[in-house]
Amino acid sequence: MSELAGILADQVARLLGDVVTKDLLDRVEKGLWPAELWRALEENGLTQVLVPEDQGGAGGSWSDAAIVLRAAGRHAAPVPLAETVLAAWLATRAGLAVPQGPLSLAPVRRTDRLALARTGSGLKLSGSAARVPWGGRADHVLVLAPLDGRPHLACVASGAASVAADRNMAAEPRDRLRFADAAVLAAAPAPSELGPDGLVPWGALVRSLQMAGGLDQVLDQCVRYANERSQFGRPIGKFQAIQQQLAVLASHTAAAGMAALVAARAAETGDPGFEIAVAKSRVGEAAGAGCAIAHQVHGAIGFTYEHALHFTTRRLWSWRSEFGNDSEWSVRLGREVAGRGADALWRTLTQR
Amino acid sequence: MQAFRFEPTRLPPDAEALRGEVRDFLAEAMPNRSAVHRATSWSGWDPGFSRKLGERGWIGLTWPKRYGGHERSAFERYVLLEELLAAGAPVSAHWVADRQSGPLLLRFGTEAQRQAILPRIARGELYFCIGMSEPDSGSDLASIRTRAIRQDGGYLVNGTKVWTSNAQHCDYMIALFRTDPNAESKHQGLSQFLVPTKTKGISIRPIRNLAGEEHFNEVVFQDAFIPADSLVGKEGEGWKQVTTELAFERSGPERYLSSFQLLLELIREISQDPSERGALAVGRLVAHLATIRQMSISVSGLLQQKIDPALEASVVKDLGTNFEQELPEVAQMLIDCEPSANSAQDFEQVLAHLRQIAVSFTLRGGTREILRGIIARGLGLR
Repeated sequence: MSELAGILADQVARLLGDVVTKDLLDRVEKGLWPAELWRALEENGLTQVLVPEDQGGAGGSWSDAAIVLRAAGRHAAPVPLAETVLAAWLATRAGLAVPQGPLSLAPVRRTDRLALARTGSGLKLSGSAARVPWGGRADHVLVLAPLDGRPHLACVASGAASVAADRNMAAEPRDRLRFADAAVLAAAPAPSELGPDGLVPWGALVRSLQMAGGLDQVLDQCVRYANERSQFGRPIGKFQAIQQQLAVLASHTAAAGMAALVAARAAETGDPGFEIAVAKSRVGEAAGAGCAIAHQVHGAIGFTYEHALHFTTRRLWSWRSEFGNDSEWSVRLGREVAGRGADALWRTLTQR
Repeated sequence: MQAFRFEPTRLPPDAEALRGEVRDFLAEAMPNRSAVHRATSWSGWDPGFSRKLGERGWIGLTWPKRYGGHERSAFERYVLLEELLAAGAPVSAHWVADRQSGPLLLRFGTEAQRQAILPRIARGELYFCIGMSEPDSGSDLASIRTRAIRQDGGYLVNGTKVWTSNAQHCDYMIALFRTDPNAESKHQGLSQFLVPTKTKGISIRPIRNLAGEEHFNEVVFQDAFIPADSLVGKEGEGWKQVTTELAFERSGPERYLSSFQLLLELIREISQDPSERGALAVGRLVAHLATIRQMSISVSGLLQQKIDPALEASVVKDLGTNFEQELPEVAQMLIDCEPSANSAQDFEQVLAHLRQIAVSFTLRGGTREILRGIIARGLGLR
């Protein structure tokens, strides 16, 4: 772990651990914007962990960002931290100034079409994008759209869109944004990191990291609960039936953490496609299996709104389906592997 | 809580350099090995191949040079083993000695034992088996009853070991015996011994497995005399030593590659025109494989830092053996064919082999349930 990574790990764990309480999560689900939390994240530079130092950021690597995003998932941070970290990074890669405040990205779906066009003095954006994370809440949205037949990254104020609010299963905003000749604040050719799949692989990377953190949290909660809750005269964690289940959860959690961190490390090399596919596939499966075990171990109390377990499990269920579910990524991986042929598999694996 | 210490770990350049050497060696040493033979992987018995590896300096890779070792890194050992297994090399003869018995003797053996035994293991000349399980003692290993009772100049052994892989071919057994039947608890009064399998009073009977193969054995001791200097470590410390030995066993990369050949054949089956369900199944398996491999490299990193990886190794072995076992299940579900040992098709032949032996993958060296018990203890549940 680098020095910066150590500092970040302490900082983000302390900050989120103190502020993101069950009460806060409750109020955010009722519509509160946690302004104080957001301000603290910005002041500590956590929203710009991937922005170079000479542009006012923390100058971190993807492995550093991984620490922040995994912690965001662990604490169910109810803010667009992952979206802002990613958008700020992409903006700097495109040579755009990074706007202050919460950021979002669009389009997140392969089928959505947005287009840039020239006006007298500048550019305008038109089209519709669904399920934009925190789309109505973010101050600015970074949009990937073609201009003169080439992909460009454009920054627009979210106020320039008409917003149809929607939410995922965890009550996080996932809004439809409609742009009709909306003013573009800045634009540049898309950086080389954005290939034919656009924002999707990068979204899959940040969601994988958040999910790895979410699973860490679920495992902790389960172990604590199993040691506290007594039935038949002893803590339920003493029963082999429970121990075997939690060992399975622990193995999935460890695998998810490794897959996500390896993908983040690969992002530093500029060609993380294989590792991101592995991560979103493996982490998604871990989330499905892990949440099922967590709720079984918690029994009825874990099925109540009162208990905090669902703040994490509903996020895991939601994130699993965002930026491609595990099957989607498995199919892509399977086609790639099949295309290269059986004899290339071992070399592919060992070259990564 | 930070229960596990898995860090993404990069293999250093010297380890990657060794990879190329191993591939070149294998291309020359086994150019025409058939798919089904490759699938036997670490149950392929070939002393000639083991001696060739010994000549290359690839057995006892990390051991001290004064015992015939080569003082190379845990990462280099990792790369060597994964290349041998991925290629389906016949490594069975020296495997247990290199992985388990040699490190045990290094840790607990007498100087005389180390000097007599270790250089010959490293040359690929001496082969070992493990005498742990008994007819009435499987997962409850500490309940073993085979006795080694002190006699003039040594011990007299009576009892029976079972599931002893390759005992019929091996030179030595590292055996766990009860030396003090009156000890207070079952974990006390156990001791480990270095036993020549040709000792008078030892009879070895192969046990056919469900696939008709003879790998494991019943080993009966009837008034078998073993000299006092065959004791390994301290008398009565056998339980502690044996758990250390099992940690060596669990920490290697071999616990996820046993079915690798079937994955290759499966990819060959679907690669002409991958259906969505074929791509889905293969992609999912590759995602598991790639992740387990990174976790296994991470365990090598712990070994290299001299951190005891017992807990992490148990996680990798649990994930790895489940993966190995799932492969024939997925392959059979996916491809409509009849697995047959006599088939002319590699896929059908390899599937027939692995379909039958894969049930043993989550039994050997500690069952899945025992491993998960170890993981649960690591989580603080026991």
